[in-house]
Amino acid sequence: MRLVLKLETDILKKVEEISGQNVFSCYQCGMCSAGCPMSEEMDLLPNQVIRLLQMGAFDEILGSSTVWLCASCYTCRARCPRGVDLARLMEAVRLIVLRKTKDDYIPPVRMVKEKLPQIALISALRKFTR
Amino acid sequence: MKLAYFPGCTLKTTAKKLETSALAVAGALGLKIEELPNWNCCGTVYSLASDDLIKQLASIRNLARAQSFEYKTIVTLCSMCYNTLAQANILVKNDGEKLKKINEFMSEEEDYRGEVEVKHFLTLFKEFGFENIKKIVKKPLSKLKVACYYGCLLLRPKRVGIDDCEQPHILEDLVLSLGAEPVNFPYQVECCGSYHTAVKPEIVAMRAYRILENARENGADLVITSCPLCYFNLKDRQRDVKRLYAGFKEMPILYFTEIMADALGIT
Repeated sequence: MRLVLKLETDILKKVEEISGQNVFSCYQCGMCSAGCPMSEEMDLLPNQVIRLLQMGAFDEILGSSTVWLCASCYTCRARCPRGVDLARLMEAVRLIVLRKTKDDYIPPVRMVKEKLPQIALISALRKFTR
Repeated sequence: MKLAYFPGCTLKTTAKKLETSALAVAGALGLKIEELPNWNCCGTVYSLASDDLIKQLASIRNLARAQSFEYKTIVTLCSMCYNTLAQANILVKNDGEKLKKINEFMSEEEDYRGEVEVKHFLTLFKEFGFENIKKIVKKPLSKLKVACYYGCLLLRPKRVGIDDCEQPHILEDLVLSLGAEPVNFPYQVECCGSYHTAVKPEIVAMRAYRILENARENGADLVITSCPLCYFNLKDRQRDVKRLYAGFKEMPILYFTEIMADALGIT
């Protein structure tokens, strides 16, 4: 993948502040992507998201579906040999996006119209709406 | 010791079967479980951000309420409630400043001191002893091959996990004590897709298929779980699985307390 980098260190600082994680702890072994149950749906692999964060290439992450597909299952966090809590980094990016706009990422009207357990709706609203 | 039971949003409605069977089992085991008065939703997912304390409030309110009724322990049946309450509890236990902020914000409750313990119902069996459960089984589930599905939130993150996060065995221990046979089940800790069921059902159906086929390949007659969301995704999403994968045969999904109630002869 070739990128034209537009370094956004302010956003990286914000990501680290919200997540409490140091993205430079990651040494790109790919364990997170190997075990991620959602990776086949993602356009960027989880380790690629961290790499882009390290490079300050925030625009590349914003256009990607990856952070929204992460369901905070914590598998990557349990397996990361460097102790990086990737679930928190994904949440930080989601929140930065949601806080920047007036729109929900997926508004309630676009959620499925069938009988669902309450926890499905509440958790989806918590992750996808402002 | 009396225990406060925290039902959470789903147990009174779509997961009524889990509540009914679990309370019957608790009765048979002689556990003193009482529903926490005036409980509210825990928030379902623990906030992973360090700068939005407001999202921890729902969980802490419940813990403060348990404290005000002099309960030392709060017990949940739902894996998501367990995870959210337990993580919020650890957060305020380790961060006095955040606890103080939350306490100042809550006007009706007494100040939470961070001393209530959050437990999942399954861990009570461990304390009761699987050998003792075996003794009160009336109808052993012999010849039944059971796949034990844990999902994510009972086991991860490690600091709240009730068992080993890669190779748990608490459900297998239970299944053995009921006279059934737990099958090898590598996909038992794999995420089912969780809340994506509300936005992208097909993504969840693909995961459910993988998990259920893994159980079937290993000879399972049925799959048990403790989480109402996993239950829905593995059971109700089989409709979508059938559409996506020709020849898929239904797999029965039950709450762990349902097969337990059967074995104890209380259903």
